[in-house]
Amino acid sequence: MGQYLLSTYAVEGEAPPAEPSPEVMQEMMGRIVALEAEMDSSGSFVFGGHLHGADAATVVQVRDSETVLTDGPFAESKEHIAGFYIINADDLDAALRWAAKVSDCVGRPIEVQPFAGTGRVADQMPG
Amino acid sequence: MTTDVAHAAEARFEVERVFREVSGHAVATLVRLFGDIAAAEDAVQDAFVVATHRWPSDGVPPNPAGWIITTARRRAIDQLRRGARGRELISSQQHTVEQSTETEPDLTAARETANDDRLRLIFTCCHPSLRPEHRIALTLRLLGGLSVEAIANGFLVSEAAMTKRLTRAKYKIKATNIPYRVPDESELAARLWAALSVLYLIYNAGTDNIAERSDLRSEALRLGRALVEMVPDEPEPAGLLALMLLNESRVPARSINGAVVLLRDQDRTAWNREMIDEGHTIVRRCIQRDRPGQYQLQAAIQAVHCHADTFESTDWHQILALYDHLQSIAPSPVVALNRAIAVSETNGPSSALAILDTLQDQLANYYPLHAARAVMLRDLSRPHESADAFARAAALTSSDAQRQHFDQQARALTQRRG
Repeated sequence: MGQYLLSTYAVEGEAPPAEPSPEVMQEMMGRIVALEAEMDSSGSFVFGGHLHGADAATVVQVRDSETVLTDGPFAESKEHIAGFYIINADDLDAALRWAAKVSDCVGRPIEVQPFAGTGRVADQMPG
Repeated sequence: MTTDVAHAAEARFEVERVFREVSGHAVATLVRLFGDIAAAEDAVQDAFVVATHRWPSDGVPPNPAGWIITTARRRAIDQLRRGARGRELISSQQHTVEQSTETEPDLTAARETANDDRLRLIFTCCHPSLRPEHRIALTLRLLGGLSVEAIANGFLVSEAAMTKRLTRAKYKIKATNIPYRVPDESELAARLWAALSVLYLIYNAGTDNIAERSDLRSEALRLGRALVEMVPDEPEPAGLLALMLLNESRVPARSINGAVVLLRDQDRTAWNREMIDEGHTIVRRCIQRDRPGQYQLQAAIQAVHCHADTFESTDWHQILALYDHLQSIAPSPVVALNRAIAVSETNGPSSALAILDTLQDQLANYYPLHAARAVMLRDLSRPHESADAFARAAALTSSDAQRQHFDQQARALTQRRG
């Protein structure tokens, strides 16, 4: 049993998708709610959320004892996380099945990343 | 070379040959026992070193795979005992790790277990979350027992690059926890397709330079046979095996002194009759099962070619019908191209050329498209355009023999004009 990050992203400079009609929105929400209930009942749901977006991001860095703030996301990447789930899954195949269901619901590609470790670093250190 | 040195070389060669034949089985079983590919690979490598020292004097053991597995486990246990991780591994698998496999009283059960282990490993190596080059490299290394150097040569990359590829692939398997198991029935068809396409890619990589890459082709054939044995209820592995056999049967006639010999010009008496017979038998059985698929259909097409005594007596109408079927279940620009060639033989080059025109964008860098166009243009008495198409084919192919052939064809046309 391991944990996986399922994330979706927005691409910088890409025009945002057209706002779906209320009916389409409601249908999509219904499917997501049903999917999350499925995750809950199988003990797969750990955490989830969606973010405001790149415009709301700030990058913080301490250089030479000085705290530098930059408005916006990491400059180097064009893709920025928009939303994610953290799930429990027995193996990659199980994680991929969840990712396919999420992708089907939200109509976007989903990136699947395994966690190398979770929780507090102190708990993961040897000895 | 002195007699001693010659004997030693012979013995070493024999050890390598036997080892390669059974190492896939050994690696697969050890992956199951250890739950870790790198550990299994290292253990088998260690066992190989022991084999090179012991077998020349003790003789090759009657059950080489069993010997390797036992030896590998003992050495792995010794190694792992030195680390905490190892003590964990051993205590969790105490009962399996300590068992001996030197005698296998129930050979049927043993064969089934061996097949299950190899099947699990093939599906792991061919997992769709791995990119095709990685799947190919892993399959050849772990199941084929090919050295990293041999695989690197087969795909025209440096040994360092191939090592990196294998390391990345194994890392991903471990980090993402790709399970070692045969997929559930609901996923089996898709996963089987992934495995079959890897084998076919390996086979085709071995046709780029016919003489030098026979090891890739024979490995693809061997694994193809093993897959048929492992999933006898599935028709597509049989289709792929027949397809590869029928292609392979024509290898002896495909080149003369390094020069390309086209199908229409091949000496059909040089074709391997045994392979053709086996291919035909498999295709007939597939037709009876009536669960068609893309590999079975491609095999059937090659069967029609191999059945003809001469190029002129080829049943192109049947080939066209098979391409129609293939296009409907597994459409692709390449299938459309090959179908167009059949159209040219049944309906003439004009209608075929019209089809090729619709594929120009998708297959712009695919030399067989230009080669086919060139032949059709030549048949339509348009030598200038034909020569240009041959030139484009020559520029796009990576095979020296092919390039020479296309250049020759282009020259013949321009000479005619002159």
